[in-house]
Amino acid sequence: MTASSFSPTLKDVPSPRAPSHGYWSTVRRRVLSDRVTMACLIILLAILAAALFADALAPVDPLKTSMVKRLKPIGTPGFLLGTDELGRDILSRLLFGGRMSLLMGFLPVANALIVGGLLGIAAGFFGGRLNMAIMRTVDVFYAFPSVLLAVAISGALGSGMKNAIVALTIVFIPPLVRIAETVTTQVRGLDFVEAARASGAGSLTIIRVHLLPNVLGPVFVYASGLVSVSIILASGLSFLGLGVEPPQAEWGLMLNTLRQAIYVQPWVAILPGVMIFITSICCNMASDGLRSAMEIKL
Amino acid sequence: MLGYLLRRILYVVPIALGVTLLVFALLHLAPGDPVNAVAGPDAPADVVETLRHAYGFDRSLPEQYLLYLGRTLSGDLGVSVATGRPVAGELASAFANTLILAIGAAIVGFSAGIGLGGVAGFHRGGPIDHLATALSLVGVSVPHYWLGMVLVILLAVQWNLLPAMGMAAGGAGPWLISLDQVRHALLPVLTMSVIPTGIVARSVRAAVGEVLEKDFIQALQAKGLRQGAIMRHVIRNVSPTIVAVLGLQFGYLLGGSILIETVFSWPGTGFLLNEAIFKRDLPVLQGIILMLAMFFVLLNLAVDIAQAGLDPRMRRS
Repeated sequence: MTASSFSPTLKDVPSPRAPSHGYWSTVRRRVLSDRVTMACLIILLAILAAALFADALAPVDPLKTSMVKRLKPIGTPGFLLGTDELGRDILSRLLFGGRMSLLMGFLPVANALIVGGLLGIAAGFFGGRLNMAIMRTVDVFYAFPSVLLAVAISGALGSGMKNAIVALTIVFIPPLVRIAETVTTQVRGLDFVEAARASGAGSLTIIRVHLLPNVLGPVFVYASGLVSVSIILASGLSFLGLGVEPPQAEWGLMLNTLRQAIYVQPWVAILPGVMIFITSICCNMASDGLRSAMEIKL
Repeated sequence: MLGYLLRRILYVVPIALGVTLLVFALLHLAPGDPVNAVAGPDAPADVVETLRHAYGFDRSLPEQYLLYLGRTLSGDLGVSVATGRPVAGELASAFANTLILAIGAAIVGFSAGIGLGGVAGFHRGGPIDHLATALSLVGVSVPHYWLGMVLVILLAVQWNLLPAMGMAAGGAGPWLISLDQVRHALLPVLTMSVIPTGIVARSVRAAVGEVLEKDFIQALQAKGLRQGAIMRHVIRNVSPTIVAVLGLQFGYLLGGSILIETVFSWPGTGFLLNEAIFKRDLPVLQGIILMLAMFFVLLNLAVDIAQAGLDPRMRRS
C-alpha cells in the first residue's frame, strides 16, 4: 500500500539529479513532490486547524439544545449540517468534536512512542536478561487482539477520556517496543557502533549519538501509521460509551447517539463517521508517503 | 519437527500464565473494593463479608492470584453479578454466536482478499491492482462500526432488503442455522469482512510480488515452464506467510467483534462484554477476555505449527 501507486504520473519517473544535500533534505524534497501525501497532510492540517479554532468557527454553541429544532436535515438555514437528537448544531459539534477525537487519537501514540521506544531501545541495546524480561512481557500483551485489550482495560477502569487514553497507550506500547527493539538490535551490530565503543565511548553516548538518530526514524514512521488505528479505536471506545462522556462532543460518541436517528435523518447520522474516515485515511496515506520518502521498509 | 513442536507448545505455558495474570489484574484495576464488583452494589454487608472470604480478597495479592488460577484451571470462571448464573455457561452460547459471524466474515474476507491480492500481485499496475490497493487502504482506514451503520441505512432503511439488527431463532431439525438467521447475519458479516479483505489483499499482493522477483522464478521461466506451473511454485512459497496473516485476522475477527455486535445487537461475546461493562459485571468481563485471549493464543500456536508444516525452514529456527 504505497502512496505512489495512487499517483501514476510520479511513479517511475526518474527525477533530475539534484546536488546532494543530505538525507533529510532528500526526504523533504520527496514529500513535497508527492502530491498525494501533500494533499493528505494539507487536509489533516485543515482538520486540526478547524478543531483548534472551533471557538471562532462554530456558528453556535455545540452544547445548546433545542426541543423544537431536533433532527433537522442537512442544509437547514442556520444549521448547515443539520441538528442532532437534542437539537444541537451538527457542524459546531463536529468542529468541537474534532478536538477530542484528534487528542484521543494522537496522545496514546505519542505516550506509547516515548515509553515503548525507550523500553525497546533499552531491550535492544543492553540485551541479555533485560531484553528477556521486556520482550517476554510484551509477548503476553500480544495474546490479546488490540480492540479486545483496549475494551478490557478501559472497561475495567471505567468510562472517561483519561481512562480511554491510558487503555490505548497500553495497547500501543507493545508494538512500539518490538519495532524499537528490532531496529536497535540491527543498528547495534553495525561497524560504527563497534568503532565508537572501541574508541572508549560510554553506553549513554553511544545511544545518544549513534543509536537514536538511526533508530528514531523507523520507529517514528511506524508510530505515524498507528495514529489512524488510534483514531478509529478511540472513537470506537467513545462509541461504546467508554471514552468521552456526554454532553461533550466527540465523533465516536456523536455516532453512537445519532444511531437512533438513522430512520429519521440517515445522512446527518453518518457525518461524524465521515470525519473519522477522512482523518484516518489521510493519516494512513501520509504515513505511507513518509515511509516511502524515508525509504524505510518495515 | 517433533523438537520444534514440543518447544512451541511449551512456550504457550508462560504466555497463558501471563494472560491469566493480566486478566486477574483487571479486577484490581477497577476503582473501588474488588469485592463490590463481585457482590454487586446492593449486596448486604454479611454477604459482602462472606464473599470477601470466599474469593480470598482478605488475603495477599499473590495468594489471591493463585486461588484465581486454581479456580480458572478447574473450569470455574465465577458467577455473573447481574444474573447469578455461572459465567462459563453464559459464555458458551455467546461464543457460538460470535463464531457464526467470525467464520462468515472469514469466508467472505479471506476469499475476496486472496483473490484480489493474488491477481494484483501477478498483474502489477493493472486495474485489479489499483482496486486491491484502494480496497486495502479503505479496509485499514474505515471505522467499521460506522460502515455497519451506513450499510444498515442503505440495505435496511432505504432499500428494505435485509433486517437491521438482531439474530433470529436458530435452525430446526438437522439445520444448525436457519434462513432467517442467515439474512440477519449478512450485514454484520459483510461489515466485518471489510478489514480482513483489505489486509489479506495487501499481504497476498506483497508476498506474491516478492516471490515473483526471486531468481528461481526466472530460472523456471527460462526452463520454459507454463504460467500455471509457475503459479504453483509461487503459491507454495507464499502459503506460510498467508497462513500466518489469515490466522491473525481470524483472531482479530473473534476478539474485535464487540463494536459490530453492538451496532447490530448480535448476541455474541462482544455484546455480552458490552453489557458486562455497563452493569459493572466484572466476573463476566474477566471470563470473556480470558476465553478470547486463550483462543487467540491457541490459534497462534496452530498457525505456527501449520507454518512449520508448510515451510521446513521454520522448524530449524
